[in-house]
Amino acid sequence: MTATSTAADRPPRAGLLHRSPRLRVGLLLTPPMLWLGVAYLGALAALFITAFWGQNSFTGTVERTWTLGNFRDLLTIDVYRTVTARTIGIAALVTVLDAVIAFPVALFMAKVASPRTQRALVVALLMPLWASYLVKAYAWRGMLGTGGLVSWVASPFGLDTPGFGITGLIITLAYLWLPYMVLPIYAGLERLPTSLLEASADLGARSGTTLRRVVLPVAFPAIVAGSVFTFSLTMGDYIAVRIVGGPNQMLGNVVFDNVGAANNLPFAAAVATIPVVVMLVYLALVRRTGALENL
Amino acid sequence: MTFSRGLRATLLGSTVLVLVLVYTPLALVVLNSFNANRSFAWPPRELTLEWWRAAASSEGARAALGTSVEVALLATFLSLVLGTMAALALRRTSFFGRDAVSLLIILPIALPGIVTGIALNNAFRTIFGWELGFLTIVVAHATFCIVTVFNNVQARLRRLGGNLEEASMDLGAGTFTTFRLVTFPMLRSALLAGGLLAFALSFDEIIVTTFTAGAQEQTLPIWIFNNLFRPNQAPVVNVVAAVLILASIVPIMLAQRLSGSSAGMTGAR
Amino acid sequence: MNRTTTTLAAVAGPLLLASVLTACGTSGGSDTAGEPAAQGFTAPDVPMQESLGQKEGEVGILAWPGYAEDGTNDKTVDWVTPFEKQTGCQANVKYFGTSDEALNLMKTGEYDVVSASGDASLRLIASGDAAPVNTDLLKSYADIQPFLKDRDWNSVNGQMYGIPQGWGANLLMYRTDKVKPAPTGWDAVFEKDSPYAGKITAYDSPIYIADAALHLMNTQPDLGIKNPYALDQKQLDAAVAVLKDQRPQVSEYWSDYLKEQQAFTSGDTVLGTTWQFIANLAQADKVPVEAVFPSDGSTGWSDTWMISAKSKHPNCAYAWMDYIASPKVNAQSAEWFGEAPANAKACDFTSDKSFCDTFHAADKAYSDQIWYWTTPIQQCLDGRKDVKCTDYGQWTQAWTEIKG
Repeated sequence: MTATSTAADRPPRAGLLHRSPRLRVGLLLTPPMLWLGVAYLGALAALFITAFWGQNSFTGTVERTWTLGNFRDLLTIDVYRTVTARTIGIAALVTVLDAVIAFPVALFMAKVASPRTQRALVVALLMPLWASYLVKAYAWRGMLGTGGLVSWVASPFGLDTPGFGITGLIITLAYLWLPYMVLPIYAGLERLPTSLLEASADLGARSGTTLRRVVLPVAFPAIVAGSVFTFSLTMGDYIAVRIVGGPNQMLGNVVFDNVGAANNLPFAAAVATIPVVVMLVYLALVRRTGALENL
Repeated sequence: MTFSRGLRATLLGSTVLVLVLVYTPLALVVLNSFNANRSFAWPPRELTLEWWRAAASSEGARAALGTSVEVALLATFLSLVLGTMAALALRRTSFFGRDAVSLLIILPIALPGIVTGIALNNAFRTIFGWELGFLTIVVAHATFCIVTVFNNVQARLRRLGGNLEEASMDLGAGTFTTFRLVTFPMLRSALLAGGLLAFALSFDEIIVTTFTAGAQEQTLPIWIFNNLFRPNQAPVVNVVAAVLILASIVPIMLAQRLSGSSAGMTGAR
Repeated sequence: MNRTTTTLAAVAGPLLLASVLTACGTSGGSDTAGEPAAQGFTAPDVPMQESLGQKEGEVGILAWPGYAEDGTNDKTVDWVTPFEKQTGCQANVKYFGTSDEALNLMKTGEYDVVSASGDASLRLIASGDAAPVNTDLLKSYADIQPFLKDRDWNSVNGQMYGIPQGWGANLLMYRTDKVKPAPTGWDAVFEKDSPYAGKITAYDSPIYIADAALHLMNTQPDLGIKNPYALDQKQLDAAVAVLKDQRPQVSEYWSDYLKEQQAFTSGDTVLGTTWQFIANLAQADKVPVEAVFPSDGSTGWSDTWMISAKSKHPNCAYAWMDYIASPKVNAQSAEWFGEAPANAKACDFTSDKSFCDTFHAADKAYSDQIWYWTTPIQQCLDGRKDVKCTDYGQWTQAWTEIKG
């Protein structure tokens, strides 16, 4: 480029793109929107249309006659309410547990540790993401079982392992999803200028006050962002619950049993609307916190 | 210092505790890869190298690893392209559908995997008429990976503003030249961070993969799943996992070097 | 450790819940033999191969994981490569996870042979996707155990639709050091206020409802259950009630061998259903367990290799069926899979010489006590015409309610 360039030297198309933001936005948005807006949303829509269809039990083919039967079953049979409540409860507890564990770690990383330690800690916390989800779940199964590591550690305190069941499941899921909570909070806190903390201290605020009045408000949207991960990952899980959940089942199992074993896609689709509705409500609630931009 | 000594000590203490908690199961996995008992009973009574020998000669594991890497690379590439385009499009524009677009990009990761899985499975087979296979896995993975790139790039763009690009254009560079010489270098570390997260997401994904993979294609998580249920193979799975844990240090360290800042890992906001 | 005793069931595949357990037959027990109306359909007229010709050079095989191993998972476990060398037919193997998946894939007409379970086999015959098999063209057929020939799940009116692969029973396993006296029947797992409450395990699938139905068949004859896979609404409700009573006593439902083996090893579970090879695995690791065939009968599976009506490579397909059912190969696959081989001479080739005894491979009386797994359908499999039976979809919903 030289200083003597004039507008006439610009390639005309580039100039057009520069002058017309609308065209630029349109061209840039078309491929991702075709992919997500048409293909992905289309797939979801097709799934939910299927929920209104029936199934031929002998041949297993979907019969395209409209019926509300699947939703009627879903609403009138108690067990689906129980399973939904249990799943939401577990998702909420896992989320809270992860937030409580992740916050101090993220704060330490972002505002106390030296840059070198900071880097090492990020690596240390990302590494477990690479060990297979299944292998980690089975490792927890070994730890939670009778005579496993958990009861070894707990027995001197007069405690015992929670065994396989809801408690064990919550611990395992919280473990599996922890990195997804730590990273957004860490990123959020890193943006918080240290000068702000210093100002707070200079103005006489004690650590506790600084935490409450300065750090938490900044961390909150980040925590919410992390919670989208932990909440949705828990809502859709059906594998960990089979490994450490004892005789219990979650929404994911109900969907999986119907689509995988019974090949009843219409009913599975109807059950799948529950986690979708829950997640959409959740997203709508958290959108106001600005959390979605922290994902 | 901004925090009291007590608070800093507490934070340090909890971080150490969490690290111990995070690494205990992983250490157990490594230990179990030497455990002679086939259902890795605790405590191990006898140690063996048999599983490491078996794993070293497991063609299935190697092939699955190859498939996983290919899928993850392709899915990452697609999400880099699509995510960057979307982020650039939404920059400094406030058309009415802006929020809807953001929401749409987040949706595949925010909806439970099993929903995305059966929706895509159904669409691939009945609407598109595709046979499930390698490409369907890539498409499915790219769908939920776009968001990591999009968010990283968007955050970077927001921080940078557009002055340099304006200057470039005013000096006569075209849109594409400006992108190549100005915008792209500024985005590089954000792309790296987003891409790495996308790669990791794809690499260990099992639920969506279950529904979008044909019976022939095995990604590593699917191979692990299948082999946990073949006798004598479960301990081999521990070996594979142990190797993965150790090998994962390399890409993460590399990415850190390249991005040049710790924040690069999480998006350099 | 002895690799050969450590075979495994078909349970690979993400849809593992449904896989092995859907291995089945339409009805079981010798008492139903000779009831022609059991299937509730007539087989379409599909021509049968009359003679063998030139081999086509390739064959498409649909198999449960474990039935067609080609050495990629374990170099020592490979009987596909020798087949290719021997016949010049290149084998394109595809594994499936559920009977439904197998059905859908067979309908494409791209596969020549399939290892079908009882429910799939009947539906394949009914829809005209499977061709009758000319057993005269299969040298191995002569050696197949007689009690596996011409059964409800692999033949129609005396015409075979395939060659049997293998079969097995669901057993009752217990920890010998914890459960005393030793249990003999399914009462032990369905008993109310069991001393082993919280340490009982059950199979994690709707098909387990049949086990409760079998129990009711023996204990409550008033209900009139004649076949545990043919339950009308009232009978299903009764079976569900039994399982709901059992639920609080269950420590967990098992679906894969690893989970069950771990639970018995640690003592989290001391009593429940199992497969023979899981018991073998646990015993090999010196866990004090014993597996018995319950005195009141049991459920089980039986699989058949079938040929597609649209097969483009029928000669290679016949070659595969002959090969896979031949004594040596049948021994290999059955041992790896963990079931009784269908070929009587296979017992001479098992690497564990006691394998066939352990799995009762030649024991007709034992086989007759098994109600082979089948997918329940609306037409009652016991031949009743006056009521509608409950289908697998209803069983799945019932199973969800049982687990709560």
